[in-house]
Amino acid sequence: MNAEVKMMRTAAETQYSDALAALPGAEPVRALREKALRLFAEKGLPHRRVEEWKYTDLRVLLREMAPLAGKPDAAALTEAKKIDLLGNIGAREITFVNGAFVAELSNLKGLEKGLTISTLGDALKGDATLPQFLAGLNPGKYDAVYALNTAALNEGVVIDVAPGAQITKPIHIRHIVTGTSLVSVFGRVVVKVGKKAQATIIQSHAGPDAVAYQTNTVLQLSVADDAELDIVRVQAEGDKAIHLSMMVGAIGTDSRFKSFALSTGAAVSRHTVPFAYAGRNARALISGATLLRGKQHADMTLEVDHALPGGESRELFKTVLDDESRGVFQGLIVVRPDAQKTDGRMMSAALLLGDEAEMDNKPELEIFADDVQCAHGATTGALDDDLLFYLRARGIPKKEAESLLIQSFFGEAIEHIENEKIRDAMMKRAGHWLAARG
Amino acid sequence: MPAVQETVERVKSIDVDQYKYGFETKIEVEKAPKGLDESTVRFISAKKNEPEWMLEWRLEAFRRWKTMQEPEWARVHYQKIDYQDLYYYAAPKKQAGPKSLDELDPEILETYKKLGIPLQEQEILAGVAEENRVYSKVAVDAVFDSVSVVTTFKEELKKAGVLFMSISEAIREHPELVKKYLGSVVPVTDNFFATLNSAVFSDGSFVYVPKGVRCPMELSTYFRINEKQTGQFERTLIIADEGAYVSYLEGCTAPSRDENQLHAAVVELVALDNAEIKYSTVQNWYPGDAQGKGGVYNFVTKRGDCRGNGSKISWTQVETGSAITWKYPSCILRGDNSQGEFYSIAISNGHQQVDSGTKMIHLGKNTSSRIISKGIAAGVSQNTYRGQVSAHRKATNARNFTNCDSLLIGDKCGAHTTPYIEAKSSSAVFEHEATTSKISDDMLFYCRQRGLSAEEAVALVVNGFVKDVLQHLPMEFAVEAQKLIAISLEGSVG
Repeated sequence: MNAEVKMMRTAAETQYSDALAALPGAEPVRALREKALRLFAEKGLPHRRVEEWKYTDLRVLLREMAPLAGKPDAAALTEAKKIDLLGNIGAREITFVNGAFVAELSNLKGLEKGLTISTLGDALKGDATLPQFLAGLNPGKYDAVYALNTAALNEGVVIDVAPGAQITKPIHIRHIVTGTSLVSVFGRVVVKVGKKAQATIIQSHAGPDAVAYQTNTVLQLSVADDAELDIVRVQAEGDKAIHLSMMVGAIGTDSRFKSFALSTGAAVSRHTVPFAYAGRNARALISGATLLRGKQHADMTLEVDHALPGGESRELFKTVLDDESRGVFQGLIVVRPDAQKTDGRMMSAALLLGDEAEMDNKPELEIFADDVQCAHGATTGALDDDLLFYLRARGIPKKEAESLLIQSFFGEAIEHIENEKIRDAMMKRAGHWLAARG
Repeated sequence: MPAVQETVERVKSIDVDQYKYGFETKIEVEKAPKGLDESTVRFISAKKNEPEWMLEWRLEAFRRWKTMQEPEWARVHYQKIDYQDLYYYAAPKKQAGPKSLDELDPEILETYKKLGIPLQEQEILAGVAEENRVYSKVAVDAVFDSVSVVTTFKEELKKAGVLFMSISEAIREHPELVKKYLGSVVPVTDNFFATLNSAVFSDGSFVYVPKGVRCPMELSTYFRINEKQTGQFERTLIIADEGAYVSYLEGCTAPSRDENQLHAAVVELVALDNAEIKYSTVQNWYPGDAQGKGGVYNFVTKRGDCRGNGSKISWTQVETGSAITWKYPSCILRGDNSQGEFYSIAISNGHQQVDSGTKMIHLGKNTSSRIISKGIAAGVSQNTYRGQVSAHRKATNARNFTNCDSLLIGDKCGAHTTPYIEAKSSSAVFEHEATTSKISDDMLFYCRQRGLSAEEAVALVVNGFVKDVLQHLPMEFAVEAQKLIAISLEGSVG
């Protein structure tokens, strides 16, 4: 029974190969795309026997590829205009509707000194080194989401912050899907932060409920020495969507990086974060709150790679699971032989509200250096009856008491966001989720 | 704290060169022909005078094994084993089931003496012990290569109703018990090594503690691999009937050889209603030399089934030997209110590779489990904790606490943690924590300020580090284990 098994290609695999091969494109992007497509044709979609995808079997969850989305029409733009996930947070907006850049919903005027924002197409024309940069910042091993995204490389945005530039106004990249037809949407965002520069980027995803559309977004970021970057991500896809995403990054010496991800949407979502310490004494905080209900399935997979000495990493993830939802957290901290004095701490906490909810935690440590401090923790449990009793004894109704406790649970991850307006917007969005709890 | 020159040199002279049990016993043996096919299985079965059903059981396992592939998921690397280049059966010639110790081959007796089995056991083996002496007695089943050479205290145990004998004897004398329980915890088809074991196991221990009986003494098995190019495949089956209690100890050693030897054992524990089994292991197989040549491949499947309500199974292990360890003593918490425990110290030095941990499968209601694992890596070794805790949908109020800590000594070794925590029940409460660190400079400084040498300070800290586990070992083993830890870490001051 363990004889060499040649995997049959699934319908989705064939569809991806056919649809993406037909995309038009010029060198050198075509070379990148073809290489990725060849790799995908060879390795296909991951399934549960692939260790990194043990709990999220894409071969089963992704039966068919939805057709590629076309250019958004007027109706799509009208619909997109109505979407306002975060309220007024004073950010500069860049909007993609059904994968296409929409200039009229974006604000690229009066860019601060040192800030360059260009569409992927323009950037490729202007910067001959970009393809090499794109290929260089990769997850380190085969990943189907990344391969498909590269094979579909077409629309996207490149944000370049020149050395020394301090961009205080947050940049909000919006990925919006509209309409009622099943579509596949791909997007690529590239963020380069130069030496001693600073920026804040928000990436949000929204789409219609009851439509099983599919999105695949890759965010590539590089943070140079002494630079600072804050990333906030809001995944509020429609309730039938399949959302695949990746944030792949590398940070330089003495840099500081912070990211927070709020996920409430999609029927199936997977966010992969391969993250490398490319310099000494870099500090990073990677955090997130995932709020699930119904039969939602959300997978957060993290691989933090310390290759050089003195790095500090903090990971904090909170998952709230209602009804029959399923949460997955896989977090790996690798400390390579040269990464002495690394200080890593990873925590994943899950709150099970629904009787049928399931949480799978796999926090891993891989340590090859001796002078390090690394720890991980994982907890799973229901609401504390004693705490509930305490609140109810003080006259707070049960639902409200529960809400308070749940809020304080995920609030811990949100409070690390420094920008007050963004932090409040996150609390508000999470509050919507709580309010919708029956 | 960077390693000073003195440290570096001391780490070089680590315990792999100091393995004390590496001697070989010169003794005439009878072997099965080299290689493995159906006739080997038949040969072993015939040697053991086994009934037909047992042979069938083995053959079925063997047929199944031929279709299986060696697992590759563990974080261990080794040259592929040539399963046709091994002897699957080796037995000392003179033994024909000695009735008393006097009939035992003096060479074998000498071997066990040299192994430093706790004093009172030696006396017992040598037949000097007076049965009414005050100190606690330990009944020993000594397994030499493929066969059990002697089992002590059988008569006294019989009086209490406890059956303690080699598994081949049990197959002949108590087929009803063996038929009922053998393979019921680790099925024949469980995994590559377990299936191989099911086909060719040669001996091992069998324990049955009847209803309501508290086993009057510790039971113990000493495994010794002596012959060249032999694999040892032992099978242990322990059954604690309703309300019974038994504490079982296991120890193992092998000669120092250039080749790698295979040890693929299967241990099955069954605890019925309110029964308790405590299983302790001090594993000290030959770890190979300083260059990583030789050493035992320890590929073991150990599993306990808390079948009855209120039952409890506790695993305690001190792992210091073996070139490669692949071992996950597990508990299936089937009965309501059942408990599982796993306490482990795994020390790797030289070129050793350890991939070990546990599985706690919560199926019944109100089940609880606790995992305390301490890994210490030195030299160029790799030490991995791999564990799984899962709660089934119906396992309401499942409770788990896991703590796995790793300590690194030197900068060429690696310590890894791979836990799988799967909660399918909302009332399950799982906590997991893991840390990896080196011995803190502050702690060492504190100790040294008070006049301790660097080595003493490290020993003190390490002892504190592993204390949680050591205190769960029976007295007889705790002392031995503490000594083992001292030897394994000798010269690893980092």
